Amino acid sequence: MKPKYLLTGNEAIARGAYEAGVKVCSSYPGTPSTEIFENLPQYQGELYCEWAPNEKVAVEVAYGAAIAGARSLCAMKHVGVNVAADPLFTAAYNGVNRGFVIVTADDPSMHSSQNEQDNRYYAKAAKVALVEPSDSQECIDFLKEAYKISERFDMPVLFRTTTRISHSKSLVSFSKRQQAEAFVYKRNVRKNVCTPANAYLNHPKVETNLNMLQEYSNVCPLNQMELRGRENGVITASIAYQYAKEVFPEDTSFLKLGLTYPMPMDLIRDFASKVKKLYVIEELEPFMEEQIKAAGIDCIGKELVSNMYELNPQRLREMLFGVKPETKPLDVEAVSRPPALCPGCPHRGFFYTMAKGKNFIVTGDIGCYTLGAAAPLNAMDTTICMGGGFTVGMGMAKAFEATGQTEKKVFGVVGDSTFFHSGLTGAVEIIYNRGQVIPVVLDNHITGMTGHQDNPGTGYTLQGEIAASIKIEEILKSCGYKDIFIVDPQDLAAMQKAVDDALASEVPGAIITRRPCLLTKRTKHDIGLCVVDAAKCIGCKKCLSVACPAVTIKNKKCAIDPTQCVGCTVCAQVCPVGAISRKEGK
Amino acid sequence: MNTKSAILVGVGGQGAILTAKVFVNGLMKKGYDVKMSEVHGMSQRGGSVSTQVRWGEKVYSPLIGGGESDLMVAFEKMEAVRYANYLKPEGIAVINDYELASSTIAAGLCQYPEGCLEAMKKNFKCHVLNAADIAIGLGNAKCMNIVLFGAMTKTLALEDINWEEIIHETVPPKFLELNLAAFHAGRNAVR
Repeated sequence: MKPKYLLTGNEAIARGAYEAGVKVCSSYPGTPSTEIFENLPQYQGELYCEWAPNEKVAVEVAYGAAIAGARSLCAMKHVGVNVAADPLFTAAYNGVNRGFVIVTADDPSMHSSQNEQDNRYYAKAAKVALVEPSDSQECIDFLKEAYKISERFDMPVLFRTTTRISHSKSLVSFSKRQQAEAFVYKRNVRKNVCTPANAYLNHPKVETNLNMLQEYSNVCPLNQMELRGRENGVITASIAYQYAKEVFPEDTSFLKLGLTYPMPMDLIRDFASKVKKLYVIEELEPFMEEQIKAAGIDCIGKELVSNMYELNPQRLREMLFGVKPETKPLDVEAVSRPPALCPGCPHRGFFYTMAKGKNFIVTGDIGCYTLGAAAPLNAMDTTICMGGGFTVGMGMAKAFEATGQTEKKVFGVVGDSTFFHSGLTGAVEIIYNRGQVIPVVLDNHITGMTGHQDNPGTGYTLQGEIAASIKIEEILKSCGYKDIFIVDPQDLAAMQKAVDDALASEVPGAIITRRPCLLTKRTKHDIGLCVVDAAKCIGCKKCLSVACPAVTIKNKKCAIDPTQCVGCTVCAQVCPVGAISRKEGK
Repeated sequence: MNTKSAILVGVGGQGAILTAKVFVNGLMKKGYDVKMSEVHGMSQRGGSVSTQVRWGEKVYSPLIGGGESDLMVAFEKMEAVRYANYLKPEGIAVINDYELASSTIAAGLCQYPEGCLEAMKKNFKCHVLNAADIAIGLGNAKCMNIVLFGAMTKTLALEDINWEEIIHETVPPKFLELNLAAFHAGRNAVR
C-alpha cells in the first residue's frame, strides 16, 4: 500500500503541479491561495516558480509559458482573478500549446477577504473549462486531468478551490512526475496575436472547442454517478459534496461533478431520470442550478440552500430538513476578539499620527494596515482593493476641490508589496492629474498579512535567492515627487514632522514610512520591554490610544503585558507624565 | 465507528493549531481517516482561532457545525464560551483556566466577561486545569499547549495510540523531556 500523507489542498495542488510535469509557475500571494506557491520551491530544479508583482502579470507569464510549450500554473485568490481578468479572457481566445491552469481560491464566508464573489462565473464568462476538487487527493488528481483538458481543448482551465479545500487537510498518496513531450515553438500570429481580425476568427474556434468539451463532459472521469436509491438524487461538486454526503440519507444517489463548466447536460438528464427528487447542492450562487433549470430539468436548490456564506453539515441539515442542532445556550457571552496591529507593529506610529488630525482623510488598502481602521485608532476612511489607497484618495481629493472643502487633507496609503502590485499606477495618476493627495507607502519590507512573502522591494525571490531590490523612493522620484519624506514611523515626533512637512511642501511630496515588520526573520530586531512606574502613572488612559494589545488598564493604572510587549516605546512616547520607560533585554 | 469530532479553540499564537497537528499525527498512525480544518488569515494575530479535527473510518466534511463536536479543548476560557455552541449537549470540554484580554478589552471598550467557567460547568461535563501554572511549574510557560494536549488525549480515551511516541517524533530533542513532562502533567490534571 502507498504511504498516505495528510496535506492541505494547497500543499496537494503544489504536489499535483509537480506530478503533472508543470515547468513554469507564477503567482501573487493572497489568502487562501498563498501556500500553493510556498510549497513549490521544494521542486526547484524541476520547475520554475516566482512571486509576480500582481495577478495580471502572473497570468501573462504563465500564458506565455504555455504558448512557448511548457505546462504552466498560476494561483491567486478570488479577487486576484479580477485583476487578471484582462489577459484571461483573451488567452481563452488564443488558446494554449501546452496545459495552462489558473487556480482561483474563493473564500465563502470571507474569512480573510473583502467580498464573497463566486468565481465559477468567470469560467462561463471567459468560456474556459472549470474544474473543482472536493478534497486534497482530488487536488492532485484533478489538477493532472485539468492539464489534459487544457491541451486537448486548447484553452486555459480555471481550477477553483474554496477556503475549506485550500486549508483543510485530508489524506493523499503520491505518484511519479509526468514528463512532457518535447515541443518546438513556432511563431503563429494568426493564433496568438489578438488583432480584431484574428480575434474574429478565434471566436468560432472557442465556441467549437467549448461544444466539444461539453460533449466530453458527459464521459469525463471527473464526473461520477454514485447510484443508490431512486428516491433522492443530489447533483453537487467541490466541498459541498462532502457536506451533502454527510447530511443526506445513506440511500441517496449522487452525481458528483469535477468538471463543472461546461456542465454535462446529457449525464445530468440521465441522472435526473433515475431519481424522484433532484437536489442541486452548491455553496454560494446557483451556478449549476441556473444551467440545469435552463435545460428544462426540475430541481431543488437555492429555495432551500442559502446563497450566502460557507456551508457546513449543520447548516445544510437545517436548511434542507429543518433539523436544528441541539445546543446549550450559556448565560455568559464572549466579547469580540478582533485582530489588531501586533505589539511593535511599525504601522502603529503612522496611524496614531493620522488619528490626531481632525481633517485627515486616509484612503487605505488591503494589508495589515487595514487594521488602522479599527477602534480605537479609527484612522482610515476607505478600503476597496489592492492599489486603491492612492486612486480612491485621488477621487476624493478631486471631489473636495470641486465642492470647496479645502480643509480636508487626503493621505493615500499602500504597503510596499501593494505599491508594486498596483499602487505604482496610482502614484503616476496623482502626479499626472495634479491630485491634492499625499501618497504614503508603509514599507515594512515584506508582504505581511499573507504571511511574509517576498516582493520586488525585499531583495529576495520566492526561493529565497538574492534579487534586485527595487527602491520605492527612486520610482516616486522619477514619477515627479520632488519631496520624499522617509521616516521611521516608530519615532512619533519624526512621524509628525514628516506629515507636517509633506503638507507644507510647495512641490508634490510623498511619505515613505520605513521599518521592517517585527515578524521578519531576516532582520535583527531590537527587542526590549516597556515597564510602568505605577507611582508616576496618573491613570489618564492616553496610552490606550495607540491601540497596542500589550497595553491595558489594571486597577486604574497602565499595565503592560511583558509576554506581548517588545519595547517599541510608542506608548511611552504618548504618556504625558513619563510613567513608561524601556528596559533593555527581556 | 462513527465519525468523531474535536474543536480546539484559543487565541492566535497560543499553539492550538500546532497541538491539533500533533493530535492528528497520532490518529493517522492508528489508521483512521482524518480531516482537519483551521482558520487562517486575519485571525492569526491576536484574534480568536479554531481548529477542527474529525476522524473515523470514513470522514466526509472537514467542517463541523453547531452542536456536532464531541470534545472541545479551550486554550483560553472566554474562547470556550465563544465556541460552546459547537459542543454536543453531552460533549466534553477541557478548559484552560487562563485569561487573555482581547484588544477591545485592553482598549477599555468592553469588559472581560465574568463567570465563563461556571457557565461552562453548569452546561457541560468539564475538565478545568490551569495549564499556565503547570507549565511554569515545569520551567517553561511555552509548553502550556502540550499540557493541554495531555489532558485532551486522556479525555478522549484513545488509549491504543502511543502518544509518547508521537511527541518523540514531533518535538526537537532538546525540548523532549520538558514536553513529555508537560504531557503527563496534563494527563494527571484530568481524571
